[in-house]
Amino acid sequence: MKEKKDTIDKSLKRKHKLQAKEVKVFYDDFKAIKGIDMNIRANKITAFIGPSGCGKSTFLRLFNRMNDYVDGFRMEGEILIDGENIYKKKVNVEQLRKQVGMVFQKPNPFPKSIYENVAYGLKIQGIKDKNYLRDKVEDSLKQVGLWSEVENDLNKSALALSGGQQQRLCIARTLAVEPSIILMDEPTSALDPISTAKIEELIYELKEKYTIVIVTHNMQQAGRLSDYTAFFYMGELIEYDKSKKLFTNPEKQQTENYITGRFG
Amino acid sequence: MNNIKKNRLLDQVFKFWGIACTFLGLILLTIFIGSIFVDGIQRIDWDFITSLPSRKAERAGIFTALMGSVWILVLTTIIALPVGIAAAIYLEEYAKESKMASLLEVNISNLAGVPSIIYGLLGLEVFVRILEMGASILAGSFTLALLILPIVIVSTRESIKAVPKSIRDASYALGASKWQTISQQLLPASFGGILTGIILALSRAVGETAPLIVIGALAYVPFAPASPLDEFSVLPIQIFNWISRPQHGFEVNAAAAIIILLLITFVMNGIAVYFRNRWQSKLK
Amino acid sequence: MGPNAFGNMRKIKERVIEKGLQASALVTIAVTVGIILVLSIEAIRFFSEVSIVDFLTDTQWTPLYTDKHFGILPLLSGTLLTSFIAILFAVPIGLSISIYISEYAPRSFRKTIKPLLELLAAVPTVVYGFFALTVVTPFLQSFIPSLSGFNSLSAGLVMGIMIIPFISSLSEDALHAVPNSLREAAYGMGSTKLQNSFRVLVPAASSGIVVSIILAISRAIGETMIVAIAAGQQPRLTFDPTVPVETITAYIVQVSLGDVQHGSLEYRTIFAAGITLFIFTFLLNTISYRIRKKFREKYE
Repeated sequence: MKEKKDTIDKSLKRKHKLQAKEVKVFYDDFKAIKGIDMNIRANKITAFIGPSGCGKSTFLRLFNRMNDYVDGFRMEGEILIDGENIYKKKVNVEQLRKQVGMVFQKPNPFPKSIYENVAYGLKIQGIKDKNYLRDKVEDSLKQVGLWSEVENDLNKSALALSGGQQQRLCIARTLAVEPSIILMDEPTSALDPISTAKIEELIYELKEKYTIVIVTHNMQQAGRLSDYTAFFYMGELIEYDKSKKLFTNPEKQQTENYITGRFG
Repeated sequence: MNNIKKNRLLDQVFKFWGIACTFLGLILLTIFIGSIFVDGIQRIDWDFITSLPSRKAERAGIFTALMGSVWILVLTTIIALPVGIAAAIYLEEYAKESKMASLLEVNISNLAGVPSIIYGLLGLEVFVRILEMGASILAGSFTLALLILPIVIVSTRESIKAVPKSIRDASYALGASKWQTISQQLLPASFGGILTGIILALSRAVGETAPLIVIGALAYVPFAPASPLDEFSVLPIQIFNWISRPQHGFEVNAAAAIIILLLITFVMNGIAVYFRNRWQSKLK
Repeated sequence: MGPNAFGNMRKIKERVIEKGLQASALVTIAVTVGIILVLSIEAIRFFSEVSIVDFLTDTQWTPLYTDKHFGILPLLSGTLLTSFIAILFAVPIGLSISIYISEYAPRSFRKTIKPLLELLAAVPTVVYGFFALTVVTPFLQSFIPSLSGFNSLSAGLVMGIMIIPFISSLSEDALHAVPNSLREAAYGMGSTKLQNSFRVLVPAASSGIVVSIILAISRAIGETMIVAIAAGQQPRLTFDPTVPVETITAYIVQVSLGDVQHGSLEYRTIFAAGITLFIFTFLLNTISYRIRKKFREKYE
């Protein structure tokens, strides 16, 4: 009955919020992840970098089991959150995803109102209290700095928002279900520089309360934002260190080649 | 040089031939509708729509047939809709790669190609005789429901498939279960497409004649049906009956009834296309 | 308890829903089984009284007369004759339309014309029957004075109009799916659209086109009201398009309209005729499904 204990309480005790042990991933016969061990710290921002197809997104999506729906997906090894293997049979995947939120590459609001987008995650948990929902929606939108912009348009379609606003809405939607971990899969790659700056600022603020893992193509972004950076190449974890160290004085030649722009 | 000229000429000739072919069917249809209009339009008045059938052409009306069609349409919808949509959801979201899925798929594709009159034979034995419904509206509705089931399933699947994957991802990532994702995201987002498919299927059902003749629907029903277990006629059967009579007066009646039937069919098709366009532009 | 119990409840609910959906999908299997059972049970009873050899070789079909003959050939010839005329008319036109729309016409035209053409298939067939009987037959009689009032020619032609969209729409989809690189390669060598269409695109889209034609044939064979109204009700073994014939489907309608006793031999004839029809369309549908499956794999 370990699950009953308060998760925040645990995360304070544990330095390593997320752990991967001997993880291998296959898509049918293709080996996408070739055996990775990794520990990710609580309340830090960890960036995954590497060229396209290096497995960083696949690896990220292991932590909320989003790969489960991919045809031909198979995994070996263990993924632990707060010391619990999330690929065990009795794990409730829905419960897990409430704890581990995700923001996607392209803003993907539901074709519904702004309000409905943010309230959705709570409503599917069976929460019906109108006042509670309203407060929660307001809170979440305030956290992402969108409240003042949409305060009077809560019933308008989310699709009418700009790309940057949509992405902030998607983050608000994720925050509303109170996760402790947020996975971000290139959250700014589809946005203009101004929106990107706003989102980065937001991510930086969020790390106080959340453990954040972010996949990015943008080396500057990784350098600016993250505490730790992991470099992936061809399904392997090549180097993982404090960002400052990795970007200024990498151990491995491959890492240096990549961050100096010699390939990828 | 000569050869190139010849090729370009042929190319132009084919282009005009293509245009001619494209419009041939539509022109023939227009001619035909025009001629029916000329024949039938003066016969249409309120009396024609509200009168019971009669042996005298000039007193006969389509009221019972029209009511029969409405009954059939409503009951067919009630029967086919839930089953069709549920089956489509199962195939699209649950059964994906399994052996059963491919069996179901072949089967539905085959059912879609079974001639409608065969459904009539099925309905005759199963609903009319074995389940003892008689030649009732209920038996007719069950028969037509089975007939349109493959159409409903196929079009519903297409609509669900058209919902972007990112919406599924977002819903699952927020901790929604499969059914929550389906019922609260996928179905609302594909609603317009599903609706289009259903209206098209129903517009097919409203024009069906053969299977209902086979199960024993009558051409002459003196009163409008009052319950699902009553005998009935439908518009197309009334038309067929009038066409088979030798007197010219009935041919005029048939033309008039055809105008009404075509109006219903075209309006349904128009609504369907409208919904499809609106839905498609919304989805993007 | 707590969240775990809640999760279990939900899991059970999810299972129940899945089973319900699955049951709905299985209804379609039940329909197929039902069709096959109903047709074969009645047909077996029929063949216990009528020899299958007579059924397949006798050249007369007169179950409703006192001198009874049960040869399916006249009904089959009527069915094949009307379908043949329809296909002969619809294939060249449907194919030309598909090539024109996919290769010549502007994109915007495609979007408007396709729903319009599909309207041709949406017109109830009883209406087409009326068209054939009251417009096409009199019109054709002015060229062919010997044409009888009921004949397979006008029924076949009108059926052809009805199935044009089946061929044009599916063939156009197939042409549309041919990768653009193939088109550009041919244009790069200086060929005209026409040459390109017939030498490159039609062969490349051939499986899709064949499927569309097979489906159209299957549709024509199973079509009922047009032939019941305009082709007549006289089963005869002939390939003369100007005289009245009777198709399998028209015969079933004829019997259904009459007062035939349930369980009698006459009653069973419609099932024997029905199973013949079912076997034909089933074969055609299966072939087209196979081709389509292969075709889809090729482009994915």
